Amino acid sequence: MASVSLPIKRSFGETMRRGAWWTYPLFVFLGLSAFVLYSTWAAFQGAHYFYGGGGAHYLSPFYSPEIFGASPHAMFGVKPAWIPDWVPFSPAFLILWAPAGFRFTCYYYRGAYYKAFWADPPSCAVGEPRETYWGERSFPLILQNVHRYFLYLALIFLIFLAHDAWKAFWFDDGFGIGVGTLVLTANVFFLGGYTFSCHSLRHLIGGNCDELSKLPIRHKAYGCVSYLNRRHMIWAWASLFVVGFSDIYVRLCSMGVWTDWRFF
Amino acid sequence: MAKAAFKIWRGSSEGGEFVSYTTEISPGMVVLDAVLQIQGEQAGDLACRWNCKAGKCGSCSAEINGNPKLMCMTRMNTLPTDQPITVEPMKAFPLKKDLVTDVSWNYRVKEKIKKFKPRPPDAPDGTWRMMQEDIDRVQEFRKCIECFLCQDVCHVLRDHHKHEEFIGPRFLVYAAALEMHPLDTENRLRDLKDESNIGLCNITKCCTKVCPEGITITDNAIIPLKERVVGEFYDPITRFLNLFRKK
Repeated sequence: MASVSLPIKRSFGETMRRGAWWTYPLFVFLGLSAFVLYSTWAAFQGAHYFYGGGGAHYLSPFYSPEIFGASPHAMFGVKPAWIPDWVPFSPAFLILWAPAGFRFTCYYYRGAYYKAFWADPPSCAVGEPRETYWGERSFPLILQNVHRYFLYLALIFLIFLAHDAWKAFWFDDGFGIGVGTLVLTANVFFLGGYTFSCHSLRHLIGGNCDELSKLPIRHKAYGCVSYLNRRHMIWAWASLFVVGFSDIYVRLCSMGVWTDWRFF
Repeated sequence: MAKAAFKIWRGSSEGGEFVSYTTEISPGMVVLDAVLQIQGEQAGDLACRWNCKAGKCGSCSAEINGNPKLMCMTRMNTLPTDQPITVEPMKAFPLKKDLVTDVSWNYRVKEKIKKFKPRPPDAPDGTWRMMQEDIDRVQEFRKCIECFLCQDVCHVLRDHHKHEEFIGPRFLVYAAALEMHPLDTENRLRDLKDESNIGLCNITKCCTKVCPEGITITDNAIIPLKERVVGEFYDPITRFLNLFRKK
């Protein structure tokens, strides 16, 4: 009779599971790494983040709202003089931390990147590399509890992005729809789905109440957020892809690599 | 008749090994059938806990091909037979013998959670009134059959052995069922933060994946409790607003 020993604690990656259990964490690792690398690069560029060709008004979501900047979308004009020249500046630096924080502290992403980047655990029922474990009850991960504050910021950002999408419908010669219009509108749709499916929003809008039947409007809203929340992972990845593509689209149009095709 | 090869863990807390068996498989069989057949024909001393064989008693929890599952709900035709099927005991609890583990730690944990404390009765006859829609949310948690597969797969217990500090997903579900109950007046949030250490959960959702009752443990129980703990202890705005809320 063949026999093998059963380890008491399994070593890193050891499991009796069959099949490619590592594909999902690998996908998460590659997907998030690619996004972080691209968005960091794009933020440092500080150029080609808006497109005005053909009378369009497209602004990359990585740079919206543009507080200070060189584009016509800038709320308070160009980079202020009190920022020294030796300090690296890009309009994205002023705002990108907020959506980044929202995603970093997101309940879905947390579970996903703890597995993919920290192997804690690498996958369900798979051995871990470390003996020690602190979880989210002590510094630094206790800071993940700030998620609802990033949610508040994300809701504000959504208003700005919706305004950008609305402006994308208005060309110099009036109302129109270009491919960029659709891209920026899709961006708002998917980011909206992601934001409105947030676990913190679900809690704040009704999850914290045990007798929602007494609060019919919140009860309805809780039902809607819960419905979206069931697919929070899908919204998270779809919105991540679309927001990245929106920047790529505006950037390549601005650089003259792509031509924005206008429907009417 | 088709045959299937098994590797079943045999041993005790002192040590043990996988032992290979081959048995005949007939249509409709589940893993528990095969294990009991092996027990009856080849290994009379094979220890295996089971009861209802219907996925409702939660007794026959084990790890089949490395995945925490109920043996009685895992059909043989869902498993690849090109390699021997491995059947092991759960890893988060002390092993008694073969496939049987000592799950009594769970019952001790359960005793520590503050019990249901309803508000005063709504009617003179000592009864309460509540709306179905308010009880729907906790109804899901009542489906738990206490198979402890979620505890088994939870890496905080399984790999880090934090049994003294963390109550595990099963009892976070239990606490959620009490905490979200429309009639309950007890506050368990401080206990959840300090005694149960809900912060040790890093929401990997493994518990949800293995639940044979399909309870959405992470999204519907653990995260809502985490959010309540955040509101009670970490969010200054909510704490301020709570000063004006009716208790």
